[in-house]
Parts: sequence; structure tokens; C-alpha cells
Amino acid sequence: MSLLAEKTQRPGLAPHTDSVATFVPDQSRAERTRSYAVADFPMPTGREEDWRFTPVDRIRPLLKDEATGLCLDWSETLPAGVRLGTMSVADWQSSGAPAPADRAAAVAAAHSGGVAVLDIPNDAELTEPVRLTLTGDDGQLVHGHVLIRAGRFSKATVVVAHAGHAAYSELVTISAGDGAHLTVVSLQEWDDRSIHLGQHDVVVGRDAQVKHIAVTLGGAIVRLNTNATYAGPGGSFEAYGVYFADAGQHLEHRLFVDHAVPHCTSNVEYKGALQGDSARTVWVGDVLIRAAAEGTDTYELNRNLLLTDGARADSIPNLEIETGEIAGAGHASATGRFDDQQLFYLMARGIPEAEARRLVVRGFFAAVVSRIGVPEVIGHLMSAIDAELEASVAVAS
Amino acid sequence: MSTLEIRDLHVAITADDVQKEILRGVTLTINSGETHAIMGPNGSGKSTLAYSIAGHPKYTVTSGTITLDGEDVLAMSVDERARAGLFLAMQYPVEVPGVTVSNFLRTAKTAIDGEAPKLRTWVKDVKEAMGNLRMDPVFAERGVNEGFSGGEKKRHEILQLELLKPRFAVLDETDSGLDVDALRIVSEGVNRAQEASDMGVLLITHYTRILRYIKPDFVHVFVDGVIAEEGGPELADRLEDEGYDRFLPAAV
Repeated sequence: MSLLAEKTQRPGLAPHTDSVATFVPDQSRAERTRSYAVADFPMPTGREEDWRFTPVDRIRPLLKDEATGLCLDWSETLPAGVRLGTMSVADWQSSGAPAPADRAAAVAAAHSGGVAVLDIPNDAELTEPVRLTLTGDDGQLVHGHVLIRAGRFSKATVVVAHAGHAAYSELVTISAGDGAHLTVVSLQEWDDRSIHLGQHDVVVGRDAQVKHIAVTLGGAIVRLNTNATYAGPGGSFEAYGVYFADAGQHLEHRLFVDHAVPHCTSNVEYKGALQGDSARTVWVGDVLIRAAAEGTDTYELNRNLLLTDGARADSIPNLEIETGEIAGAGHASATGRFDDQQLFYLMARGIPEAEARRLVVRGFFAAVVSRIGVPEVIGHLMSAIDAELEASVAVAS
Repeated sequence: MSTLEIRDLHVAITADDVQKEILRGVTLTINSGETHAIMGPNGSGKSTLAYSIAGHPKYTVTSGTITLDGEDVLAMSVDERARAGLFLAMQYPVEVPGVTVSNFLRTAKTAIDGEAPKLRTWVKDVKEAMGNLRMDPVFAERGVNEGFSGGEKKRHEILQLELLKPRFAVLDETDSGLDVDALRIVSEGVNRAQEASDMGVLLITHYTRILRYIKPDFVHVFVDGVIAEEGGPELADRLEDEGYDRFLPAAV
């Protein structure tokens, strides 16, 4: 008997007659398909739970099961000991890396032509970040596949910057060995025509600490799915995000932290600002604490600041708990308009309006930015936010 | 010497598309160094006067004038009024999360003076002013009013008053919600600021208690949006004894 049939037999619950009735929602976040085969993911219609906010029609080229043979332009700064190499997709699959979780990622893995592998050796303690800059040109359609491997007890920061004009779909696996301390920053500073679909799978080793940071400022459509799993107890996963959507931008961040191992922690904090007509952001934070994951401590938070009318932010935290033996689990979500009382207060102290706005917005982001902990990223980010605000003040006046 | 002049001020607020007149012709002149107490029952328009002087967008001046040494205050934006030398210590200071007190104070000082304060003397000034107000130095690194108690917020208002050195300060029920110790500390701060810069003070209060620490030169009693009675400090003593009952319509 199907779940749907069960449902419709409940007393007092009339069966649906519309087309939605044929769609059976997952009963748990764990039930979503994971597969290396593109054919396991039908072409989305935009009605599916994981696609319902995304402008599916505009990303069709990246869902087509076809290779383009094109690459982004890569430039890298590799501290001593760090290697950048390649691996075949078959080897990557047999390594047990998490499989694609949607059609875009399956297509990216199938047609990337190979996996770029960044290796940070065991016990390496990098004093400088690894920098990768991926630049698109001419709106080219590119499938990317990246594996970042931090060896056991290594300490490293990897900054991946995306820029230029491209339609880019990527599958990124981030694997931190036992006891590793790894920070990965993904910067989306595309030009405003670009499309970027990404699946980032983070595998946290025993006693490892992984920080995943998404900074999304540029691009017409950016949709990043960040998934975390734990390979052993004692792992810590922190995910921080900052996004700023202007008119016409769709910036979507989805997170799924899958606690299946005891005594691990996760903390998710995303903050976004929106300004301009049709500026659009989506944040979905799923946390699943499975029965085995005793002693889990997790929190997720999303805050959105609407600077102007006409912008829309969706924010959906989901917490699914299968054991009572946890240390803590919570979530918070709030979307608010710019507070004119704050503006009045600052202006009543002589601070001009544009500067007062900048202070309030910088203040809004301050807590999450301070947690990023990578000075060059913080400095860059704050000046980028100032530039966004200056652009808005120029438009307003 | 400076003069803040309020002439026949009428102020309304709009709620649900209905304009309601709150101030119905207020005239008041404050000179440098003077302290004017505005007293009155709840809803008499005291806070409306304070916010109208500061330029809060919720209040619409329908007629009358406010001038500062002849300059039209009503034509100025909120920040221009502050830079012209007006200061409003708010009854309910606003939280601005993520903006540290030290950053806020420095930004405000720079805006008011038109140039950044000299770092060494500024740090010393802030520290000294905070010490005088018995504020723990850790407040400098907290967000503006973020998680402050009522008393801490009021001290923070007076800290700004002392550092920004306005020509005229409007204190909107600064005494409300303060215990006796905090009231004394805050009052001392106002008196210090006045001695240091010959500032004019418009002290808005519901109670006479603060007038034991800040001595008014003039007392104005607000009732229903107009000044019902004016006098010297002796008027405050009389209010202390009698309350506002004689100004109010007889209870039914």
C-alpha cells in the first residue's frame, strides 16, 4: 500500500483531486534520492519540494544530460605541500564520496570529464590560505567536479572564488580527515548574468572541525546545496553564509546536516540582505538527527533584512529528531524590514542617512562575519557590502 | 550665547489616516545655560515636543516655528539638527545590533565635529566619561543598547550627551525607570555637561524627583498640548505637593 493511499483513508480527510495528489512527499529528509545516474532524477517541473523556489525554466541548460567539454579558467595559489591533481569520475565514485542529490549535480558529475582534486597532506598546518579562482567567460556552459581532501590533523583554509560570466553547475566534495581543521570559503561574485548551481558535500572526520562559508553577492541565479555528514564521533560542522540580493537576483542556499553519528555538533548561521524590485532569496535549513546520533548538539539560524519594498525572502528551517538523547537542537528564522527607528536614532546623533544605513546593515552582518575568521575574506566582504549599499543609495537619490 | 525658540507650535500625528493634533500652540524660549523643566501628566504632549524638536518623521508640524539662533530647525533633516547642536536623550533608546558603542560614538563625534576626533584624547575622553557614569568599560565593545538594562540605556544616552557636547539637550523622561543611585549618576552627568559647555536643557519629566538633582530655572506645566502654567522652581514644589489634579478635568 502506498503512503498516499494510507493518507486518503484517514477519516474526515477527502482525497485530493488535483495533480498534486499524485506527488508523494518524502516522509523524512533522509528519503531523498542520491545517485550517480542522471536518469534517477527526472527533469524537474518546479513543483518538487527541492525545486519549488528555483526558477527552473531559466536553468534548463544545466539540467540537460549533455557534455559541453568546456572549463572555467582556473588560477590557483598553492602553499607548499598542497597538490592540485585530477581523478577519474569512476575512481571518485568508488571512493565512497556522497552521490549527487539532484539532477543538476548528477549532470555535473556525469559530464565534468574528471575530478579536480585538491590535496592537503596529513599533519600539514598551512599559514596561508589555498586560493582557487574560477572565472567564466562568454556565458559558457560548464560542468565542474571538485574534491577537496584535508589529511588527518591538517589545518587549512581554502578560498574558492567564482567570477565572470558562466552557466556553471558543480559537484564539490569536501572531505576532512580525522582531527583536521578545515575552512572552505566559496565566494560567488559572478557577473549579474551568470547561473551557478552547486552541491557541496562536506564529510567531517572523527574529531574534525569543518567550517563551510558561502558568500553570495553576484550572479543572476545562484543555488547552493550544502550537505554535511560525519564519518566519526566528535566532529564539528559550522556553516556560515552571507548573501546580498539586488533587483533581479535569485540567491538560494539549502543546507542539510545529517547527524547519524553520536557526539557531533553543527551550527548553521546565514544572514542575507535584499534590495530592489524582485530581489529574491531562499534559505532552507534541514537538520536530521538520526536515532544513533546521541549527544548531538545543533543550532541553525537564518536572518533576512529587507532594505526595500518588492524584495522577497523565503526562510525555512526544518528539524527532524529521532532520538531524545541529544545535547541540544534549535533553530531560529526571522525576516524583517529595515528598522526606521534605528535610522532615526543614528541620525539623531548627527550621522548622515547613507552612513547610518551602512552602519545598520554592517551591524546586521557583523556577528556572522566575525565568525568567518578569515581576515582577507572579511575585509573583502565588508567592502563588497558597502559597495552594494552605495549602489542602492545612488539609485534611491 | 544661543537661543532655541519655539513659536506657536502645532504638531499632529497620523494614525489610520486620521490626523490627530497633539500640540496645540506651544511657545517656549530656551537660552544657553538655562534649564527648563517640562512637566505634565501622561498624554499631555511632552514627548511629542521632544520628538518634534529632533525631527522624528512620525510627527507632522502643522504650524508654528522652531529656530536655533534664527536658523529654521524645521527645514533641517534629523542629522542636520544634531549637527546644528540639538540633542535628544530618548526615553526608549533603540537597539542597533552589531554596531559597537565605541564605533557608534566615534562615528557620531566625527559627524558632529566634521572631523575625526584625535585618537589618543578621544579614547581617554570616552574612558573618563564612562567612568564618571559608572559604566563598565566592556560596554564600549557591546552593540548599541543591545541587551542593556533600562538604567544602562539611560547612562549611555548621557554618555553621548557628554561626549557630543550639544548646544541644547532635550531629555525625554530620562529619569523614568531609574533607581535613586542611577538617577543621581545620570543627573550628575547632565550637570557636568551643562557646566562644561553652558548647554541649554529642556528636561521633560513626569515626576519632580529628578529636580532634586537638576535644578530648573523655569518650570512649564503641559496639559492637553498647551502650556497651562509657567513659573520658577517653586512651581515644581507645588506640583510635588498637589500633583496634576488641579489641571485635569474633575473626575466624574
